[in-house]
Formats: sequence, C-alpha cells, structure tokens
Amino acid sequence: MLVLDHVTLRYPTGTTALNDVNITIEKGEFVFVVGSSGSGKTTLIKLLLKELDPTEGTITINGKDYSKLKQKDIPKIRRDIGVVFQNFRLLKDRTVYENVAFAQRIVETPPRYIRRQVPSMLTMVGLGEKYKSYPKELSGGEQQRVALARALVNNPSVLLADEPTGNLDPKNSWDIMNLLDEVNKRGTTVVVVTHNREIVNAMKKRVITLKKGTVISDVKKGGYIDED
Amino acid sequence: MKISTLWYCFLQGLKNIRRNLLFSLASVGTIVACLFLFGIFYAIVINFEAMMKQMEESVAVTVFFEPDVTQEQIDAIGEQIRVRPEVNTMDFVSAEEAWQSFSLELFHGDQDKINAAFGTDNPLQDYASYNITITDVEQQEEFVEFLQSLDGVRTVRNSEVTAQNLASLNSLVGYASIGVIVILLLVSVFLISNTITIGITIRKEEISIMKLIGATDFFVRIPFIVEGITIGFVGSVIPCILLYFMYGMMADFLMSNFSIVVSWLTFLPENEIFHTLIPVCLLIGIGIGLIGSLVTTKKHLKV
Repeated sequence: MLVLDHVTLRYPTGTTALNDVNITIEKGEFVFVVGSSGSGKTTLIKLLLKELDPTEGTITINGKDYSKLKQKDIPKIRRDIGVVFQNFRLLKDRTVYENVAFAQRIVETPPRYIRRQVPSMLTMVGLGEKYKSYPKELSGGEQQRVALARALVNNPSVLLADEPTGNLDPKNSWDIMNLLDEVNKRGTTVVVVTHNREIVNAMKKRVITLKKGTVISDVKKGGYIDED
Repeated sequence: MKISTLWYCFLQGLKNIRRNLLFSLASVGTIVACLFLFGIFYAIVINFEAMMKQMEESVAVTVFFEPDVTQEQIDAIGEQIRVRPEVNTMDFVSAEEAWQSFSLELFHGDQDKINAAFGTDNPLQDYASYNITITDVEQQEEFVEFLQSLDGVRTVRNSEVTAQNLASLNSLVGYASIGVIVILLLVSVFLISNTITIGITIRKEEISIMKLIGATDFFVRIPFIVEGITIGFVGSVIPCILLYFMYGMMADFLMSNFSIVVSWLTFLPENEIFHTLIPVCLLIGIGIGLIGSLVTTKKHLKV
C-alpha cells in the first residue's frame, strides 16, 4: 500500500511542486495520474522513488515510512519498486540482456537464476530474440519494453511508470499499456503517470488528476479530466 | 556481498575501460604525461645530486704540520681528525710520497734529472700531510677552523671558492627542485581534475540509473574503483617503460658522443634510478586512479 499523507514539496527556488497531497493506493491497484505539464506528476514519482524528500508530510510504502529510512535502506526500498521512465534510461553501453540482468545482479540473484529469468522476462515483453542488441539498435517501443522487463524482473510489489508512452506511437503505446495491465493482473500495484487521454479513457482505471500540485479529482474507473 | 557479485563488479570495471575507450585513453594519457615529466625530472635531479656529491667529495682539505712535529704527534692529530663526523675519507701522504708524486709530475719520472737537480734531498721534507674529503661541503669552513686550532698544524689548504660555489649550487638545485615539483603538481592536478570532470559528466546518467533501480553505493563504486586503479596502473607502467629505455639510450648517447661532458658527468646506472622511480610512479598512478574514481562516483551517489 502506498500512502501520501499531507505531502508538500517546495523547491529551494520557492516553487511549490506538490501542495498538501493525500493519496492512498491499495495493494494491487492500477492508477493513472494525469495532469498538464508542471502539475506535479513527475515530482510525485520522484517522491515515491525517494529521489526527492517532501518538505512536509509523510510517504509510506508497504508500511515503511520514508522519513525514517536510513541512507543504507534506500536501495532495499527501491528494489521493491520497479520503475519505467519516459526516456527509457537504459544503460546504453550494455546489451538488452545485460540491462535486464543488471537489475538482478543488484539484488545478488545467483547467476544460474539470472540465466533463466532474464530470457523468460524478455520473451514476456516480446524481445526474446533481441537479447544481444544494444539500446541504440532498438526502436522506442522496444527500448521501453526492455525498461519494463528491467523493472519487472525482480518481481516488485509496485511498478511506477513515468510517461511510459510519451515517446511511442499509438500501436507501441497500446502494447506497453497491455503489458502493464497484465502485470497488474498478476498482483503488482501499478502507478502510471501519463498525458495519453485515449488510453486513460479506454482502460477505465482509477484516475487521479493533479493541477498545480494539488489533487483536483480522484475517480475510480474514471476518465481523463480536463483541468480547465 | 557474495563472491560472484564481487567478481561481476570486478569484471564490469575492466569492461568499463573498453566501453568508455576514449575517456580511458584520455585518462591514461594524462597520467602518462604527468608521470613521464615527473620521471624525467626525477632522473635529472638524482643524477645531478650524485654528481654534486661526487664533486663535493673531491674537494679536499690538506693539512700540513709544523716542521718539528714527530710522527707520533702526526698520528695523534690524525686520530683527532678521524673521529669528526664531517670526515668522509682521510689519507696520510708522507714527505717521501709527496716528493715522489711531485717529481714524477715535474720531471716525468726522469730519475737522472731529479738526481742532477736535488741529489738525494727531499725538498718537501716538511710537507707530510693529511688529505681529507668531507661529507658536506657546507661544513668546510667550520671544519677548517677546527683543523687550524689543532696543536702541531702549520697550515690548512682548502679551496674556499669551490666549496662556496658548490654550496650555492646545492641550494639552487634544492630550490629549483621544489619549484619544478610544485609546477608539475599543479599541472598534474589541473589535467587530472579536468579528466575527472569529464568522467563525472559521462557517468552521471549511468550512476543515477543504477541508484534508482536499487544499487547500493558499494555496488556502484566497485567497478569504477577497479577501472580507476587499472587506468592508474597502466598510466604509470607506460612512462616507467619509456623512461627506462630512454634513460639508457640517452646515457649511452651522451657518453659516446660528448667526451668533454663525460669527463665530469657520469650517469647513475638504471637500477639505481628505477628502484625508487618505479614504486613511486606506481603509487602515484594508482593513487590518482583510485582518488579520481572515488571523487567521480561520490559526486553522484546521493540519488
């Protein structure tokens, strides 16, 4: 379960990215977070990844209060959160296989399991035959699949996706969303930050709408809401 | 951390060198350039110091005695001198030896001419002496004062100008060494910090990704450290090899082509230079690589 309790984030410049946000996401939920640029969507993902700390309020994931975590505990928390970025953020000098295996090396998975699990994960995202390719040799959609495989290979309880279809064409966007839906059906909590109105409206999931750092709407089986 | 994970990190460090080949070459090049300059300077200074030492040791002080002193008294004076810490070598030259040497020089060993001029007399009868070399030419003045104060000593002959010149040259070399070392250090710090800055820029995204997907600082750091140490090691071995061969070649070239130079300049053998230079270069190179990699990663680990 993810809980943001009266979370506010003010940057040192004085800009308030999030203002008194209260969100509770139950285990196994699929949630879209929508809003225009500057509404605080990406800041929300950064807070959940503990890339940023809130100025006020508390964030709890699976019962762990972020404010009480020690520096050495942060990697452990992140290993239970899969993350997919808009610009993929793959290690460019490593093959598809190495990018996915890297996530398993971090958690010290025995090499024999890595050799078994990585091909299986790549097959699941449809890249079983491209394991030797480097990111630059792949299309945007394929790179996003690699990022998704990397995010999922350690069976995280939460998957955060920041604009996962932002750089993709409609077909690839749907492929990725179907994969996310499938992952969610297997029990992973999925939080997707997106601009993609068509997908949000079609999937009929919970939709949280942000505007200027404030939650203006939170609807179960909702649709894309224009902030104006 | 499991051994398999450590091994993985180690191999990643070596692979990183190939992955970032240009950066690796730039880093190795920077270290090679710095250590090469350092090595050249070190070889020059060490040889110069050896040469100075040799010249200092050749500056002799000669002690002559009063005409009426006995051999026992001369021996007693000798004992007093011998215990002084400044004394490097000390030879007794008897009046007969002095005359033999002088006559040999003057008459080129022609015994007939010597007999015709002096018969069996020894004109240097009162010129028995001690020839003393001292360890530090700067102490010569004080030492001469001591010798002059001894009973039975008639006169002390020394070259004050040579001693003073050598002492000045010594301090000049000392200051110049410090100056060049400071300049070399500043140039090295500048070049290496530039290389590290490039490294930081290249690695920023990579480190950030690793951290965001849950890598510990240790896991992120190990490959960078392995990479840094390897680059430092290679960067220090290359100038050592270059210098080793260049030194031998330069010494041979100078010895065989500049006979005037050879008369007063000798080169220390390679092993005397390199038994210090190699470990120092390795230490500096590996140290630079290690510190560079630690600095590079530290800047981005707080993600």
